[in-house]
Amino acid sequence: MKRRTLLATAALGLGLTFGGAAMAQDKTKACFVYVGPIGDGGWTYQHHQGALAVQEAFGDKVEIAFQENVPEGADAERVLTQMALSGCNIIFTTSFGYMDATNAVAAKFPDIKFEHATGYKREHPNVSTYNARFYEGRAVQGHIAGKMTKSNKIGYIASFPIPEVIMGINSYYLHAKKVNPAVELSIVWAFTWFDPAKEADAAKALIDQGVDVIASHTDSTAPLAEAAKTNGAVIGFGQASDMAEYKDGPRVSSIIDNWAPYYVKRVSALMDGSYAQADAWEGIAGGEVEIGEITALVPAEVKAEAEAMRDAIAAGTYHPFTGPINKQDGSVWLADGAVAPDGDLLGMNFYVEGIVGEIPQ
Amino acid sequence: MFGGIDPALLIAALMVNSVPIMLAATGELVVEKAGVLNLGVEGMMIMGAICGFVTAVVTGNPYFGFVGGALGAVALSAVFGVLTQVLQTNQVATGLALTLFGLGLSSLIGQSYVGIKPPATGDLALGPLADIPFLGVAVFSHDWMVYASILLVAGVWWVLKYSRMGLVLRAVGESHEAAHALGYKVTRIRFLAVLFGGALAGLGGAYVSLVRVPQWTDGITAGAGWIALAIVVFASWKPWRVLAGAYLFGGISVLQLNLQAAGSAIPVEYLSMAPYLITILVLVIMSSGRGKAALAAPACLGQNFHASR
Repeated sequence: MKRRTLLATAALGLGLTFGGAAMAQDKTKACFVYVGPIGDGGWTYQHHQGALAVQEAFGDKVEIAFQENVPEGADAERVLTQMALSGCNIIFTTSFGYMDATNAVAAKFPDIKFEHATGYKREHPNVSTYNARFYEGRAVQGHIAGKMTKSNKIGYIASFPIPEVIMGINSYYLHAKKVNPAVELSIVWAFTWFDPAKEADAAKALIDQGVDVIASHTDSTAPLAEAAKTNGAVIGFGQASDMAEYKDGPRVSSIIDNWAPYYVKRVSALMDGSYAQADAWEGIAGGEVEIGEITALVPAEVKAEAEAMRDAIAAGTYHPFTGPINKQDGSVWLADGAVAPDGDLLGMNFYVEGIVGEIPQ
Repeated sequence: MFGGIDPALLIAALMVNSVPIMLAATGELVVEKAGVLNLGVEGMMIMGAICGFVTAVVTGNPYFGFVGGALGAVALSAVFGVLTQVLQTNQVATGLALTLFGLGLSSLIGQSYVGIKPPATGDLALGPLADIPFLGVAVFSHDWMVYASILLVAGVWWVLKYSRMGLVLRAVGESHEAAHALGYKVTRIRFLAVLFGGALAGLGGAYVSLVRVPQWTDGITAGAGWIALAIVVFASWKPWRVLAGAYLFGGISVLQLNLQAAGSAIPVEYLSMAPYLITILVLVIMSSGRGKAALAAPACLGQNFHASR
């Protein structure tokens, strides 16, 4: 009997908790779907910081809900439906692979706003997309990589062959090549956003091949941890988050995704009624992409050059994809002085001239 | 050199890569030999990873870290033991629940440990052995856990095959009724086997968070426990085949990344699916051989036992 009483009490307690949440209908509920755990120290961590910023900005007037580790695919659709039914007013889906699921669920819930990160499909009026111009940060990293490599071999741990990642690879390579014509780029496709062991293995494979500067497009700090084992022979960059814990080691700079301003802006617009469908793509200028502190491992003049490039991009006087740039097959992509149109970037499916290897299909 | 890859470095990488799955699979092999199917390997591994990490950070000693990791996973496996052996719950469901529980609990424990670096586990000084050309780099330049894991496989093999303890354990797994009739304490033996399996899974997990990826992030084992479970079947419940299976799987995973880094002309898609493809291939080949592999599963695997029956 005692055990039963205990269970009943527990059930009652749970009921009260959920009941309390359901009753708060006058609040705006902002929900977030994450592809990894909020403790990944990278991509998802930064999105969650944005979510917390929303909570901070509006206090009692908003309610935050989120779900971690949601696989890209059919599961995402179930999670989104569940969120929509649980009273979310706006749902942020924070990975490229949620694109179709977001649009499919949005069709069923026209009153709920959906915001999909890094995608390009807005099939319904209630779907907006937002992204950050990470390639601007990659340009700065490429510059540092080209200057810093001693073996003239630089590496890139890529996740999935989507325009977003290919853009990063091209930008990184172009700017390394510009300052170091002898540079060679090795690319490893990990086919995962988050698998620390595999990311570490990928970094190790690159290091075994003589690569001494590693940039990664996956979400954990594992590549930096692997680079740290070489006692300074190999350097890398923080990805998505500052990864400041490796500042005294291999991390020489970083790209920081700052989603907070966008999330606060959108939730605020929803609350005051000025919300409209959008296709946001801000970069260094808009504060969504930040370049983390460049450490003392980088010589002062290289640091100054990198910072000058950052400032030029922010001021709009320099675009990382400025011609002449040829495609891998030698055909012309951008003529001398031409600047890449956004459409080309968002659909980018080719390497630039000089990169060896093929993009997986 | 083949395809621009140094084979010595490749072997060195695969030996390190295989340690977590080999340890966890060896533990699970003992558990399954005793007739218990514990699908919670992933949960126990990640508990080992966080408990090992926390212990190593708090004490500053990587050796204590491994002990702590093993104990953390043993505690979780004890939950499984009590539920399935004493309370007679369904083993499959309990094992799956154990994985979910372990993932959640580890995330909770690890919240304040993100971004901390654990004390380094140094390489074992093997003196002149490490100077042997090729072999020195490939085989004799690792940390002590690499060698300990191989010794553990050897130990488990010897105990299962030659010792009375191994015989009793196998008897319990093959026919718990008969073992019970002979006076062996089936529940107790199984419980101990479950704890042993937990300890090894914990060591494997601790190896991930302390050596292979020396850091803590949520979900760090990323499915290694499931691979370990597959390897036990793949090895048809034989310890040395567990070693071979772990090296094969680890080796191909490392090889495909190395081939990519070396700029191999083979399309990435084939390389990425190679580990799984070869696993399936070997499974098919082995199970087609006179149906022997299919018979190798302990007869009472996954069945609950209660003395009253």
